[in-house]
Amino acid sequence: MSVFLDHAATTPLRPEAMVALEKALGVLGNPSSVHSDGQRTRAILEDARDQISKAADCNRSEVVFTSGGTESNNEAIKGLYWEANNKDPLKNLIITSAAEHHAALDPALWLAAEQGAEIHYVDLEANGMVKLGELEEFIMLNSSRIALISLIWVNNETGVITDVPRIAKLAKELGIAIHSDAVAAFGNIPLSFKDSNLTSMAISGHKVGSPIGVGALIVSRGAKPASLLHGGGQERGLRSGTMNYPLAAAFAAAAAAAQLDMALRAQRLVGLRDHLEREILKAIPNALRTAFGAERVPHNAHLIFDGVQSDSLLFLLDQRGISVSAGSACQAGVLAPSHVLLAMGYSETQAAACLRITLGRTTTQSDVDVFIDAIVPSFEQSLLAGLSSRAI
Amino acid sequence: MRILAAMSGGVDSAVAAARAVEAGHEVVGVHLALSRMPGTLRTGSRGCCTIEDSMDAQRAANTLGIPYYVWDFSERFKIDVVDDFVAEYKAGRTPNPCMRCNERIKFAALLEKGLALGFDAVATGHYASIKEDSGGNLELHRSLAMAKDQSYVLGVLNKDQLKHSYFPLGATASKDLIRKEAADRGLSVAQKPDSYDICFIPEGDTRDWLKEFVPSEPGTILDQEGNQIGEHDSHVGFTIGQRKGLNLGRPAKDGKPRYVLEIRPVTKEIIVGPEEALQISELYGTRLSWCGKPPLDPSVFFDCEVQVRAHGDTVPAQAAVIDGEMIIHLLEPFYGVAPGQTAVLYVGTRVLGQVTIDRTKSKASVSA
Repeated sequence: MSVFLDHAATTPLRPEAMVALEKALGVLGNPSSVHSDGQRTRAILEDARDQISKAADCNRSEVVFTSGGTESNNEAIKGLYWEANNKDPLKNLIITSAAEHHAALDPALWLAAEQGAEIHYVDLEANGMVKLGELEEFIMLNSSRIALISLIWVNNETGVITDVPRIAKLAKELGIAIHSDAVAAFGNIPLSFKDSNLTSMAISGHKVGSPIGVGALIVSRGAKPASLLHGGGQERGLRSGTMNYPLAAAFAAAAAAAQLDMALRAQRLVGLRDHLEREILKAIPNALRTAFGAERVPHNAHLIFDGVQSDSLLFLLDQRGISVSAGSACQAGVLAPSHVLLAMGYSETQAAACLRITLGRTTTQSDVDVFIDAIVPSFEQSLLAGLSSRAI
Repeated sequence: MRILAAMSGGVDSAVAAARAVEAGHEVVGVHLALSRMPGTLRTGSRGCCTIEDSMDAQRAANTLGIPYYVWDFSERFKIDVVDDFVAEYKAGRTPNPCMRCNERIKFAALLEKGLALGFDAVATGHYASIKEDSGGNLELHRSLAMAKDQSYVLGVLNKDQLKHSYFPLGATASKDLIRKEAADRGLSVAQKPDSYDICFIPEGDTRDWLKEFVPSEPGTILDQEGNQIGEHDSHVGFTIGQRKGLNLGRPAKDGKPRYVLEIRPVTKEIIVGPEEALQISELYGTRLSWCGKPPLDPSVFFDCEVQVRAHGDTVPAQAAVIDGEMIIHLLEPFYGVAPGQTAVLYVGTRVLGQVTIDRTKSKASVSA
């Protein structure tokens, strides 16, 4: 039996997305063509834009379709930095948090390494919350030098929610561009781009049930980030390239469906998640919840299992047909100690001992029960395997 | 059996895993991440530390239809293999890191983890064979493919490790046959080049690599009579028997090449001399182990053959362990054996045991 509890990595295709995709694939035409065929596929794309703008609560012209979260984050962070820095070379400071996903962290690191940017990281509390008070203070003291603020809305590992609009309000007052990686938030918690005061926001399709390979950058109408791509000037000149109307349609259908069932899904998953956490903590005294006391998304359970390595746990659970995740793996497949957990003050050993269990639309009580039954023997066996760093 | 197949991304370990699957075992492929920053130690496809190797290993596992995982042993590898390598060179010895890796990582850390996670054995693509004697004792033997034989680097395995080791390639006559088999099985690594160098030394230049870890400490190069004939900027990285890279301005009186005879780490002196002075007739060491059943009475000199390099010649010898120290009398001399090297003892094709050489005696000093 296979149990998929890694919905934050990707989640099953929604039937609505499949229908929309199939339908769109059957229609011929380049959305940029002036003839009727082109106009038909253009209409599919624009319908999708309408649906995404409703789901993200933004203006339809603010939706820029991309290939996914990584592209959206790159376009926003590099584009907004270049724009600010070109206007005023003294503005070279990027404010970001230690909780960012690599898709938002690495563009900033690249700007620092190659383009003369400076990065200031906001610290995290022990439970993963961004120290917003410190952040506000730092922003006010350094506003003239800040090119961009970039803050993840929901951390992809711990599931902790950051009050991004609070910071965006301040940024707007000071005229500073602010971007948020909202990939883990969109479709899981209510959010409104319009009310957020953000300059831009990255969202991704396959996290809400579309196929992989589509996402969007929501860019406020007044913002003019420099573009990564140059070509036909599609998507407000921010994303040249023939527009992918079938995937956009699938994304829009999935996003609309996710909006529709969000509240009920959240209610159901919180119940399952809380039950799962209670049972783990009861059975395994060495387990601890990382995001204790923080506001979290409903479907995420993130725990550290002291004394074991997550690769042992992942292996044993996988042998039982259970898919969960540990942290991000490098290209070679090595699980690296999570930079987020290190920033929360955990040791390298603890950071390499975490499990992320994420539930989703298709998760059942039985899935959770199978996991609870499997985790205790898997943990005990992993304890025997110990830490590969210890002396033999 | 449940077999953990260590897959480096090379052709040998891929075929070893394939044979384990074909033999009906339940096989899981595992790639060992040995570098702290994978992909940074090496570029190209020759070692065991690159993204490409990990991807090749994964592709091979996919082709075989077996599960595949990457396990991180970088911390232990650094301590047990890399740090040990540097420390040995600092002490004027010449270590064999592959041997250390087998002893401490593949057949220790990995094996222990595998056993704890429910596996019965670790399979690798080493060219060597495990056989059972009439009394049911396990023995390690040379592979049929003598040119590729790797029994030397496995000489560190003890009885318990042998019990949980599986070398599916030992009975194959040549590497060409393995490559052909890999191609027939549709493995993409069939024509991947062999790895020769030390996996964590990207450019293959040990002396240059060591510079990063060892501060420059200039010293002198002396002849056997104690006359200074040259200088060096660090004694670390020289090896006994080395001829190149000495940068001696003046030729020897007799015009013959000079070789490193001795490294004195305390005084930073390198002693050089003629090739004859490299002749070694006795080896001594205390770090020893038996590969399976030991001799009946190791304190009585027994006949064996000795090999001191991975693909070196063997010479006939007599060995015994007296007061915890192994003494090996070579019946024919070796040239240029360095402390730190491992002497592996053979009886016919069987590996009897091994010892890390602490000191040697040259023929001249024995006869004196």
